Amino acid sequence: MATGIRDKVAVLGMGCSKFGERWEAGPEELMVEAYLEAMEDAGVETSQIEAAWFSTHIDEVGTGKGGTPLSTTLRLPNIAVTRVENFCASGSEAFRGACYAVAAGACDIALAMGVEKLKDTGYGGLPTAQPGTLYPLWGADGSAPGNFAQLASAYRAKHGVDKDDLKRAIAHVSVKSHKNGAKNPKAHLRKEVTEDQVMNAPMIAEPLGLFDCCGVSDGAACAIVTTPEIAKAMGKHDIITVKALQLALSNGLESAHNSWDGSYFHTARIAAKRAYEEAAIKDPRKEVSMMEVHDCFSITELVTMEDLFISPEGGAVKDVMDGFYDSDGGVPCQIDGGLKCFGHPIGASGLRMLYEMYLQLQGRAGERQLADPRIGLTHNLGGSPSSNVCSVCIIGAYQ
Amino acid sequence: MVGITAYGGYVPRLRLNRKAVADAHAWINPGLKGMARGTRSMANWDEDCVTMAVEAARDCMNGADRAAVGGLYFASTTMPFADRQNSGIVATALSLSEDGAAADIANSQRAGTTALIQGLNAVAAGQGGGQVLVVASDHRRARAASALEMQSGDGAAALLLGADDGVARFLGAHSVTLDFVDHFRGEGEDFDYGWEERWIRDEGFARIVPRAVKALLEKSGKTADQITHFVMPCTFAGMPQTVAKAVGIAPEKARDTLVANMGEAGAAHALVMLVDTLQDAKPGDMILVAAFGQGCDVLLFEATAALPELSGRQGIKGALKRGREETNYMKYLVFNRLIDWEKGMRGERDNKTALTTLYRKRDMITGLVGGQCRQCGTAQFPRTRICVNPNCKAVDTQDPYNFADKKATILSWSADYLTYTVDPPQHFGMVTFEEGGRFMADFTDVDPGDVESGMEMRMMFRIKDFDERRGFRRYFWKAAPAAPKTAGA
Repeated sequence: MATGIRDKVAVLGMGCSKFGERWEAGPEELMVEAYLEAMEDAGVETSQIEAAWFSTHIDEVGTGKGGTPLSTTLRLPNIAVTRVENFCASGSEAFRGACYAVAAGACDIALAMGVEKLKDTGYGGLPTAQPGTLYPLWGADGSAPGNFAQLASAYRAKHGVDKDDLKRAIAHVSVKSHKNGAKNPKAHLRKEVTEDQVMNAPMIAEPLGLFDCCGVSDGAACAIVTTPEIAKAMGKHDIITVKALQLALSNGLESAHNSWDGSYFHTARIAAKRAYEEAAIKDPRKEVSMMEVHDCFSITELVTMEDLFISPEGGAVKDVMDGFYDSDGGVPCQIDGGLKCFGHPIGASGLRMLYEMYLQLQGRAGERQLADPRIGLTHNLGGSPSSNVCSVCIIGAYQ
Repeated sequence: MVGITAYGGYVPRLRLNRKAVADAHAWINPGLKGMARGTRSMANWDEDCVTMAVEAARDCMNGADRAAVGGLYFASTTMPFADRQNSGIVATALSLSEDGAAADIANSQRAGTTALIQGLNAVAAGQGGGQVLVVASDHRRARAASALEMQSGDGAAALLLGADDGVARFLGAHSVTLDFVDHFRGEGEDFDYGWEERWIRDEGFARIVPRAVKALLEKSGKTADQITHFVMPCTFAGMPQTVAKAVGIAPEKARDTLVANMGEAGAAHALVMLVDTLQDAKPGDMILVAAFGQGCDVLLFEATAALPELSGRQGIKGALKRGREETNYMKYLVFNRLIDWEKGMRGERDNKTALTTLYRKRDMITGLVGGQCRQCGTAQFPRTRICVNPNCKAVDTQDPYNFADKKATILSWSADYLTYTVDPPQHFGMVTFEEGGRFMADFTDVDPGDVESGMEMRMMFRIKDFDERRGFRRYFWKAAPAAPKTAGA
């Protein structure tokens, strides 16, 4: 009988590069930047790493396929390196692979690295992907913002929310993240904005304006994991362990069966329930101290507050406007600026979220440090509302 | 006897204001001001003669048993493929039986009537299982600032033919073939080259059409005074009346050419006018159709008592009512690829089509055929081996299920300014079908501000992407408003 991942894996060290338009750096330089920080934090040497998981999403730019880009860049000792790719949730997949390896006892120390070099495309926004030979023959032409924007139309129709009220609520989501990001030296966007600025920005995909969309950034993030026992034996204090690690994938229901109403993430609700059960969390609104969610777009963050059962269904607009998710609110969200301002180098994002939760739990988040956080949740999403991959990870202090 | 058993029509929604065209060209061709009245129909960027043919045929085939159609004749001078059977695309889009004949008929402005004669002959000879579909469609390209740009329009008409009298009994046809080169389009050329209009009018229309009409009347034992409707496409004002008079038909019997607000739809126009006539005709009316083009085709029909009973189609009259005026001439130039515009890097996407995939999924892609589970009844797109219903998931239980004519509504949508499209913003969204099933669809024929969740949509066959590098284009189905806004046209 499976016993889950809770308290079987400890985060030994983490690193994260500066995110942004890193014109001077390729994916290799970004990986080394995150790697050296993580190695110093973990206090281990390259020869101690026994297996690695490597996440990067877009082949057309960046590193190309396979595990060798990581192995070669870090001069790893000919260990197993597995490249994982699961859309924008790829970083969480790399972490999951490394955690499973140490939890299984297959190795003592494993590494997860995520990287994306997006600013070699020649234009703003994400590169367009070629999803096989069949989908282009019938799949609707739409950008990521165009797909996620559809949540807004369905949410308004379902909950009877006025167009302007929803626009203002999602504007507040971005205003809050900009405020947080301004305090983060590694963030891509470090400028505060006003609600009016957000609401009057150029339209990207109705109703999402420029400031409703996250940054398209270069960056890398890295985690080194082991077991709590080994961490203790290494003399580590304030050990942070994984409490839950869940992944739920769409199976075509949202995109082909009329039971889904388009206003929420079917997978997020499933992954959240499983994660809370694994972490023994009964009342997430009270027990979760802070969150890093997949705020690729402001509307995504708003509906996710309900999908994670923090806000009641239909109640996210009120909670957002009440400041419940602000840095001084009940459950601070995107305290590092989120995808919105820290940036979104796709393959790195899941690990970047964990990096902030890890720093906060260890009391090392500097100007952004929250008072006494105990449980941190990351929510990392890939795909589109109608077909996606959703990862929910919970970490906290090892008792 | 053989006859027409049903008709259908299609005219694109957009109607280009001719004054807007003339104003843009006033500096270079002030003579166009004389034509600056009314509108001409204008295909959307994702329409061509194939897509318009499919829409006209769907209108025509409304309620008819498609499996019973044994032949398809498709006429156009603007076929998108020089070597790939264009009628095969139309047949697949219509889900006609794969065990049937199809032919492309092209290269003359009378290709539409030639196809009709071929179709009638086939039915009379007992071919096609007694039912044949004839579709004519044209999307003519014209040089900027030319008279053709002002006079032509885009559109299509379809006729279903059967081995009985139907709604219009076929009484006979006659063809005259003469190498009268009023205009031509040589191999590899984008545009027509025309000769002097006065010569075309006086030596062409005025001499060749009467010769053909007289021969047919003689052959069929009818007299000119029996003709109730004289159908003759022509952009010379008053010419249909002049020709009618020359053969003894009262000038007022000449039908409106529809040029004023639609323009002349090339090789399709004789059939377009015939459909428009059938929508007015009364039982017993005699309809004479003449199409000019390197000679002349003439056909004679008699409307039957069944004609008034034919309903449930828009025909040309209904299609003409579904118009929205377009005053932006630049949009016409872009939609017709008459200028090279900046598409941005997102427009560089390689749209190479895997022809193996296209063939394997031909009913899905070209026909919009999904599946319906025999076990739970769930309609789903695409058709898969395992049912999508979470309470079913039965294996290999799905029968082919056609979504093309199913009622749909918008569940969620966006107007996307980031995605490359010829006509931004790119509208798309999840459409759900009333009887089950859904998919994320491109929208077409919508304007910013017109879209909302819950809006009723109908599926239309359109160009999905152009592969300009290889000269290929792919087709799929898009959602368009079921009740489009009409204004100014």
